[in-house]
Amino acid sequence: MTAAVTDVDSSTQAADAAMGGGPRGSAATSARRMLGNRIGSAIALVIAVLWTVPTFGLFLSSLRPERQIKGTGWWTIFANPGLTLENYEQVLGGSSSTNLSQYFMNSLVICIPATLLPLALAIMAAYAFSVLEWRGRDVVFVGVFALQIVPLQMALIPLLRFFNDTGAGSVLLYLPLWIAHTIFALPLAIFLLHNFMSEVPRDLVEAARIDGAGHVAVFFRIMLPLMMPAIASFAIFQFLWVWNDLLVGLTFSGGQRLIQPLTAALAALTGDRGQDWHLLTAGAFVSIVIPLVVFFSLQRYFVRGLLAGSVKG
Amino acid sequence: MGFLLNTRVGQLIVAVVLFAAVVAALLLIAKATDGVRERVRRPAMVAIFAGPALLLLALGLIYPFFRTVWMSFMDARSQSYVGFANYVDALTVPSNLIGFRNTFLWVILTPLLSTGIGLVYAVLIDKSRFEKVAKAMLFLPMAISFVGAGIIWKFVYEYKGAGQQQIGALNAVIDALGLEPVRFLQDAPANTIFLILVLVWIEAGFAMVILSASIKAVPEDIIEAARLDGASPWQLFWRITIPSIRPSLVVVLTTISIATLKIFDITRTMTGAKFDTQVLANLMYDQSFTFGNNGLGSAMAVFIFLLVVPLVIFNIRQMAKNREVRG
Repeated sequence: MTAAVTDVDSSTQAADAAMGGGPRGSAATSARRMLGNRIGSAIALVIAVLWTVPTFGLFLSSLRPERQIKGTGWWTIFANPGLTLENYEQVLGGSSSTNLSQYFMNSLVICIPATLLPLALAIMAAYAFSVLEWRGRDVVFVGVFALQIVPLQMALIPLLRFFNDTGAGSVLLYLPLWIAHTIFALPLAIFLLHNFMSEVPRDLVEAARIDGAGHVAVFFRIMLPLMMPAIASFAIFQFLWVWNDLLVGLTFSGGQRLIQPLTAALAALTGDRGQDWHLLTAGAFVSIVIPLVVFFSLQRYFVRGLLAGSVKG
Repeated sequence: MGFLLNTRVGQLIVAVVLFAAVVAALLLIAKATDGVRERVRRPAMVAIFAGPALLLLALGLIYPFFRTVWMSFMDARSQSYVGFANYVDALTVPSNLIGFRNTFLWVILTPLLSTGIGLVYAVLIDKSRFEKVAKAMLFLPMAISFVGAGIIWKFVYEYKGAGQQQIGALNAVIDALGLEPVRFLQDAPANTIFLILVLVWIEAGFAMVILSASIKAVPEDIIEAARLDGASPWQLFWRITIPSIRPSLVVVLTTISIATLKIFDITRTMTGAKFDTQVLANLMYDQSFTFGNNGLGSAMAVFIFLLVVPLVIFNIRQMAKNREVRG
């Protein structure tokens, strides 16, 4: 993980300007003129169609009866009418081999603590790196920042072995998944939140300290309220990252299907029953519905969060 | 008690309560420490606020990093030293070389295509009436997991023998044109390109959002001045717009390259790395967790690390430079 990150302030503005459609833009206007408005619009339309039709086709197919999905394309829906919820009944409540509802639950059970835990630890660490003053602070902070360079892959085997040796997952089955996700989230989270916290005027903190407020009071009464937008953005990003993750879910569930996330179950289903499109389409849609809801309801925070952490892992 | 340990919701509740208790305890200790004298308070505060995170990082990233490097010089079960044998294996065994070759293709094509498409689209929709909706359309795939995107596109690429009705959108188009259906995912080497397009589909939105903001930030007076000097729109684009957004272009390109180097899910979901579509990150997973060869798996992880490092350093330096320019 690294990257677009360093520029979180500007990427935040970028997100606002970009998604809101800024007030000016003569550079692009002139460039568009060179393509001619008609041709330009046509190209944009083709791209927009290519970027949305596949998802729409999947969704429409998931509502078609099994026999029709396997025999005809979704675009023939008018020639072969018929919509059904059967596929969803099968992936959400059918026989155990194709029932994805337990994996959906797994994903939720993995995601919630794997979002809260790194968030809380990172906010506290960010406080130590921006408000508290101590010798070696900057060196340690640069070290944390540098850890973003380490790819996930470098940590998998030793960390997995550590969990196995200590029996960490024997009582709380999901513990290795929670801890692993937390660890991999920390360098980026600390870095981003530190940047936001450093921008809080020092006078504010000093004044509170002179009034006799302890660090805990400053942390709760000044920092937390001011940090809410940043916290929301990171929380959304981390939640979606964990929800969409496959590698960590596969590795730290130790191959136990009992606790695997939805992505791992879907990947397995694609391998085992690659032609059962009625299950795959419905299953895939079940897995992307949560990110889509987040996308449409919290677009502003969502874009900020994604831009801030687009290259984690 | 049984409910808490034996059900998913129970485990979730235990985790959240446990974790809230730990944080509350830490903050209570911090509050108590607020009263003691400065010499004790200062280090105690640092330990309370930064300690847990630093401890986890040491355990979960720093120690594993060195351990993985060490394992890459050991045999499959990490019992005896084998020198550079794993690295030699990685670079000479044909099936591994395919992984390197494909990863190279991925890292060249994905950033260029996604950035190119993102840039063109950003320019085309800028200031149009539908800008907001148009942006959301391109950005939407970023919300979807690689696994989900893999299934979406596997369905688009679906192949049925000639004469049968095609259910994959692409082969249906090819069929309508009167051509032979294509086995998009099975026939090497083109299949790797078709997998790469899936990642392009995901990353183009990221490129578009960053570049669009960057284009909007190009000062209007510069463009006006150039136009008065008689520059054509084409010249304006290449001589003014592109140089002005160059820093953002570099950041977008390197950022996508770094993500591409670690690509794993798409290959795994769509082809299972069969049909010559192997990539580095999947080799790492297969060797370590399917074949139990920790030595070779670790060597692959080290390769990924070594390839990522120059990109990250370049990226960070570029961003530092951008910041200086901006003041």
